[in-house]
Amino acid sequence: MDAQELLHRESFIELGARSRARQLLDAGSFRELIDPFERMVSPWLARQGIVTQADDGVVVAKGTIDGQPAVVLAIEGRFQGGSMGEVSAAKIAGALELAAEDNRNRVPTRAVIVFETGGVRLQEANLGLAAIAEIHAAIVDLRRYQPVIGIAAGTVGCYGGMSIAAGLCSYLIVTRETRIGLNGPAVIEQEAGVAEFDSRDKPFIWGLTGGEQRHRTGLADVFVEDDVTQIRSEVLNCFRKGRPAACRSERVSGFLHRLAAFNPGEQATSEEVAGIYSKGFEA
Amino acid sequence: MNANDISARGANWLAALTQGASLLSGFPPSVRVAHAKLGQHAARYIAVVPDPANPYPRARSGEVGLVEAWEVARAVREVVDADQKGDEKRAIVAVIDVASQAYGRLEEACGIHQALAGAADAYATARLEGHPVIGLIVGRAMSGAFLAHGYQANRLVALSGPQVMVHAMGKESAARVTLRTVAELEALTANVAPMAYDIDSYASLGLLWKLLKVARPDAPTRADLQAVEQTLIAAYEDIRHQTSRSLAGRLSAGGRPASVRVREKLREQWT
Repeated sequence: MDAQELLHRESFIELGARSRARQLLDAGSFRELIDPFERMVSPWLARQGIVTQADDGVVVAKGTIDGQPAVVLAIEGRFQGGSMGEVSAAKIAGALELAAEDNRNRVPTRAVIVFETGGVRLQEANLGLAAIAEIHAAIVDLRRYQPVIGIAAGTVGCYGGMSIAAGLCSYLIVTRETRIGLNGPAVIEQEAGVAEFDSRDKPFIWGLTGGEQRHRTGLADVFVEDDVTQIRSEVLNCFRKGRPAACRSERVSGFLHRLAAFNPGEQATSEEVAGIYSKGFEA
Repeated sequence: MNANDISARGANWLAALTQGASLLSGFPPSVRVAHAKLGQHAARYIAVVPDPANPYPRARSGEVGLVEAWEVARAVREVVDADQKGDEKRAIVAVIDVASQAYGRLEEACGIHQALAGAADAYATARLEGHPVIGLIVGRAMSGAFLAHGYQANRLVALSGPQVMVHAMGKESAARVTLRTVAELEALTANVAPMAYDIDSYASLGLLWKLLKVARPDAPTRADLQAVEQTLIAAYEDIRHQTSRSLAGRLSAGGRPASVRVREKLREQWT
């Protein structure tokens, strides 16, 4: 990106969830469902003395993308770390379920999920986990009709059960700033010790799990700059490509084949993972 | 039981339910796959079990690691592929006692999230293709491990008892992440059903199809085994009698009113 481009760039990461959703949909087509004025807040946070938010941290926006009916599910990383509680996760699962139902009724609704999340909201633990399973189910269902596109852009990253959701998407778009991992760095350090994973070592964490590395290792499809126009145009590209021959999560023998090349007794560097995984996962 | 203790429950129940049928070869010691009848119907049983000699050090105590998740996916997809043109889609029973996902550097570097997605995808696909998929929780059903192995089932059945638990995160880590002590966490979770670790609180959320009391959950008696088999057969019949292949049944039990309300509102406003 040269100086001129930098000046004209509009950051996607700096936008809140609602603006991100608005930018991804065709101009003028944004319509929010269960908007903040409905005050559909978490029934669990208040009774633990935690401030609620009127949209529970998820924006459900209907509209069109490339002229086709679309729904964008955007997670707000600035509320409770983008964590999935009963209401926020149900908004995503329920919208994806309706999109799949549309397709069965010959309405080709497509979906984009903007991940910015630490995973389950621990204050609602089992309800978050259950709802994430429903998000997984709905992605696998909808993906049979239309591509489901995931975007991981911001610095909260995409963790826990929602990293699995990202792994189920037909296409995954990432920036340099984001991270995708199953277990948060602090949790790995707690469970396995600081020698295994130092949660304060940011270059180490981004080197292994950052967006650039995930793209280099074939665990993400598209690498983008933090730029609204570029991200939107890549979303359009992915939809125009249509459903991939096989999604990443379906490439079972390909991944088992590549895993066999690692020595599990040693820690792998990001270079080693890239060397093995960049050969691809075709069976 | 601590989430990290070695447990033989998964292996014991898999062996009991398959009458000691020989394990399918070609799978690692941590992934046990066997065939047996479920009532009159053919079924594949799958369990992830501890393997102290697992080449992956972070996956020796019954955790779902990289290899375990992709091998579970393979075990499920073999059935889906084999039955693609068959008249009867075989049942798949996930026998669940999983301590957690594997926490490790190599695991994160190699995309354990993607491996768990592979397993969740396989189970969800089997269910959508019409295979009756039943999750039998005999011990711990923890976090990402449960999402990969069992949570996509049409029906969930659990044994009751203090060693059976479902949760999003082990107590020590949950305390650290929510900035509480373990004692504070325990005091709090006693009053908030979705945060509790015991299976009765979990059952109150309406996510289980049946909660079953047996005499010896560690090593089932003949009567225990019969009771579980009868319940699995009933779950199989229940699945067969419904046209829906979704997880919607988990919403109708009344334990999650906000989840239902959100869906109603979305539907009202959808078009």
